[in-house]
Amino acid sequence: MTAADPLLRIEDVSRAFGGVYAVRDVSLSVAEGETRAVIGPNGAGKSTLFNMISGHLTADHGTVHYTPATDGGVGLPQRIDRFSAHRRARLGIAIVFQGARLFHRMTALENVMVGAHARTRHGFLSAALRLPGHHREEAAITADALAALERVGLKDWAHRSADVLPLGQQRALQVARALCARPRLLLLDEPASGLRAGEREALAQLIESLRQEGLTMMLIEHDVAFVTRLADRITVLDLGREIAEGTPREIRDNEAVLAAYLGQESAA
Amino acid sequence: MSDFLQYLISGLAVGCGFALLGSGLVTIHRVTRVVNFAQGMFAVVAGLTAGSLLSAGLPHGVAEVAAVLVAGATGLLVGIVAIGRRGTGPQSALIVTLGIGFLAYAGEILIWGEDPHSFAGLGGAVEIGGAHLQKQYFLVIGAAALGFTALGLFFTRSYLGKALGACASNPYAARAVGIDVTRMGLVAFTLGGMLGGVAGVLVTPLQSVSYHSDVLLITNGFAAAILGGLVRLGPALVGGLALGVAESMVAGYYEASYQSVVALALMLAVMVWRARRHTALYEEAT
Repeated sequence: MTAADPLLRIEDVSRAFGGVYAVRDVSLSVAEGETRAVIGPNGAGKSTLFNMISGHLTADHGTVHYTPATDGGVGLPQRIDRFSAHRRARLGIAIVFQGARLFHRMTALENVMVGAHARTRHGFLSAALRLPGHHREEAAITADALAALERVGLKDWAHRSADVLPLGQQRALQVARALCARPRLLLLDEPASGLRAGEREALAQLIESLRQEGLTMMLIEHDVAFVTRLADRITVLDLGREIAEGTPREIRDNEAVLAAYLGQESAA
Repeated sequence: MSDFLQYLISGLAVGCGFALLGSGLVTIHRVTRVVNFAQGMFAVVAGLTAGSLLSAGLPHGVAEVAAVLVAGATGLLVGIVAIGRRGTGPQSALIVTLGIGFLAYAGEILIWGEDPHSFAGLGGAVEIGGAHLQKQYFLVIGAAALGFTALGLFFTRSYLGKALGACASNPYAARAVGIDVTRMGLVAFTLGGMLGGVAGVLVTPLQSVSYHSDVLLITNGFAAAILGGLVRLGPALVGGLALGVAESMVAGYYEASYQSVVALALMLAVMVWRARRHTALYEEAT
């Protein structure tokens, strides 16, 4: 990757559901190490956009380029918009969903360990035969998963069933699962919604520390103060279209944004 | 008393066959949420293949292992047709497996004809408490115990077993962590085919198998598996054993033709009971 290649480059992507555009002709670039917030009123197309990056939805048209890491460092930008979600995950794109999408009948630790699947190599046969290589890998994954749990403040929950976790902890568990994959690009879809004040602050501190480590993140959030504090740049969507992009200060003073987003929020 | 022991052990052996067949159903359903109605066919194919290979001169052991591998390949094939295309839902896939099960009749009749086949298993018998017990019974029971232990350890202890389970629990999130859900489903179908095959080669020496034996096998295997909600192995084992023993007792003390009624009655009772918790179960699964 040269200095000019962004980690993620989206060009003119659109996606319609039943003839109605959820996202229309959106373009944006995210540089490596950047924290990008995506804001907008309900139905602006934020989650649809994220799902087109993670691969859970495919774009009707438009392109998505992503620059994966290679063994020797950083590779060339690849066009990934036709890749399946699991393939994109293996390239280092992780997503934390808005809803609690956890694996049932597993402990918190096991949920996080499954997250490491995106970067594991050993296959079915070595697992079935319990070869030494598989054993070593499993031990390393367990250690990583425990570290990820500790990071999101869930160390004490490690051996309890994920099904009994309160909502805030379920979200945190999803974050730990995503971190265990050691992503290069982390997508967070409204990670703070439904959290209590203390949990929001803990989440903000976690995002801040990840940012300082250089992790590239994209963040959907309603709380403008939360976003202003954490994001380098903000993209504003309204009715599927991008209406503004800039630093938090620029966005705060943007009249189109005030009209479309903030105006509606204060009216609500 | 010797009659009772006779019926008990032979029932346990046949029940182990049902349980193994049920474990294949559980394995496939656990990963793909598909109820595989071609499961009985795997056992039939393996039983008939083993018989043919043995009469072609292959030694015991080799023939059975080869037959299990053939069943595994059949499982993979069924999986490719049933879930290989992206976007096939579990309900559609269920109908596809049912169709393949019937289609397989044609192939089986072409290769093996319509008559039932059998082959000699582990020869000899032992006398315990006046009961005449074939050694094959104990082979079946031992193999089932081994199979269930290995499968249980794989699903609960191994990391890959967890990844397989994640596919059924939340396919959406599974894809997000890099799991190729379709490929895992095919792995499950292959494994399910092999488990059905193991059941087939073990049970065929006890009761001869023909192309339509799959109906009896799937009825019993399903009745066993439904006890654990098609996701848990322990209840499937218990259910299989209970069915085998109950049917053996019914056949021994009353009338052999009543034995499949036992399976159907148990299956209905469990399904009615589970239906009351149905909504809760579905919510849990999504």
